[in-house]
Amino acid sequence: MWLFALPALLINICIILVPAVLTFTAAFFIWDGVGTPMWAGLANFQNMAADPVFWSALTNNFIWTAIFLTVPVCLALVMAAALLMAPKARIVVQSIIFLPRIIAVAVTGRIFQGMIFSPATGIVAWLNEHGFSISDPLADPDRSLYAVAAVDIWHWWGFLAVVFLSAMRQISVDQIEAARLDGAGFFALFRYVLIPGIRPTLTLMLILTVIWSFQVFEFIFIVTRGGPAYGSEVLATFAYRHAFFEGDVGQAAAAACVMSLFGLCATAVYLWLQITDDAQST
Amino acid sequence: MIGDRWSRTFALGLIGVASFSSLLPIVLAVMNALKTTVEIGSNPLALPTQLHWENFSSAWRNAQLGPSLLHSAEIAILTIVMVCVTATPCAYVLARQKGKFWRFITFYFMATITVPVQLYLYPLYFIFAKLGLVNSIPAVALIYTAMFSPFAIFLLRTYALAIPVALEEAAQVDGAKPWQTFFYVILPMMRPGLLTVAIIVGLNAWNEFVIAVTFLQNDSNVTAIVRFYNLTGQYSTDWGEMLAAAVTIVLPIVVIFVLLQRQFIDGMTSGAVKS
Repeated sequence: MWLFALPALLINICIILVPAVLTFTAAFFIWDGVGTPMWAGLANFQNMAADPVFWSALTNNFIWTAIFLTVPVCLALVMAAALLMAPKARIVVQSIIFLPRIIAVAVTGRIFQGMIFSPATGIVAWLNEHGFSISDPLADPDRSLYAVAAVDIWHWWGFLAVVFLSAMRQISVDQIEAARLDGAGFFALFRYVLIPGIRPTLTLMLILTVIWSFQVFEFIFIVTRGGPAYGSEVLATFAYRHAFFEGDVGQAAAAACVMSLFGLCATAVYLWLQITDDAQST
Repeated sequence: MIGDRWSRTFALGLIGVASFSSLLPIVLAVMNALKTTVEIGSNPLALPTQLHWENFSSAWRNAQLGPSLLHSAEIAILTIVMVCVTATPCAYVLARQKGKFWRFITFYFMATITVPVQLYLYPLYFIFAKLGLVNSIPAVALIYTAMFSPFAIFLLRTYALAIPVALEEAAQVDGAKPWQTFFYVILPMMRPGLLTVAIIVGLNAWNEFVIAVTFLQNDSNVTAIVRFYNLTGQYSTDWGEMLAAAVTIVLPIVVIFVLLQRQFIDGMTSGAVKS
């Protein structure tokens, strides 16, 4: 029987586990990826700690986590409750808000650059012509991170709303009816019935948000490459730049380790939840 | 019907605003894909006065979309086949076997779902470079198989758990070997799950960026996404053509999404919704 699991396990170990272990090792070496690695002890970590870009990248990861734990989650919760009250619109609207999630990140990034943020061809240009003076947020080191976050929120929040809606639809109708007969309005219903009713799903999504926020790479790399002036740099773009543009794989590996360390705490909680859930279902 | 009139009005207003903002960038992209660059510059929000379909033909020609779309399709199909072939038997075993060892394997696959690409990307790239596997389409499909199969395993496992054990026992009593039981009893019952897995894995492989941009560097073997990324930048000049290329790359996905919405939504939200 165990032969059945072997191919999947083997591929996973070769592609993910072995290189992941090598990353931990490489963090303690000076290595350009091609030549012979040289033992470096903690030098990679010390260099990183002395690099202000590393600290701003780490801060940006925390800002990103804070944004994604609040903005898309709130939007999605309210939207899911609204869709619960509008059964006729539900199916069509659910597909519409889900749509951004299936469009390739590279395409979404470029569409936002050209059609929304561009001071020549975007909504920003149109607003400038109509008396609102707005500069391109992607060109501003202080605002670029938030501009990219806005793109990712557009891509993400509808999916989250659909997840919350599926969870809310599992709440028994009797419970909702009973609350309504007791005179609960929208916000009371939301606060005392819907949110507690989907708590397990909500908790899981919040944990996954923390895990993903420390891994965020694609949107930032595509839209700003961590710039301008490292304004939107995060740990993942920091690591990628060191590995492939500066030939310093040891430094990249050290950054990847720090990244994983933050994700690891959230991952531990995630695994614990999944395992206890799994033990109940099997 | 839930909620009083006031909250229903609020809900409908919210639904309207939300749908509008989800669709706006997509509509802008499609609309401007049919305009000249001069028209886009003068007013991105205006409807096209004349439909410039030639943006699509020149994007197709200049961006060499044809071959790169073919590469994307090759990678997607290869990945779907490899994930289905390796994940289905694995999911079946994980659904049936109990005990410490199998619990550990289950735990291991769960852990790899949350591992960041960055944790294995760098050594993997330099190992593949040494083995001459950079710029190889099957090599990229192999990496995708490792990345996407844990998701497939857990989705298929829920299907396997729903199959009554009595069916297998009956087959065994009739003298069927384990692989025969798997092929003739289990596999047919997992078919709906396999369709969902194929759709989600295909979508992920088609859209994937980090691995594709790192491992495919020759114009002769890049995927459509990488081709599009390489050709465009923040300061692109020919937005009409660029948007036409974007629409061409996204269109197949959107068509499949419209046709198979349930599989898309169920597949992508599976594991996220807890009861």
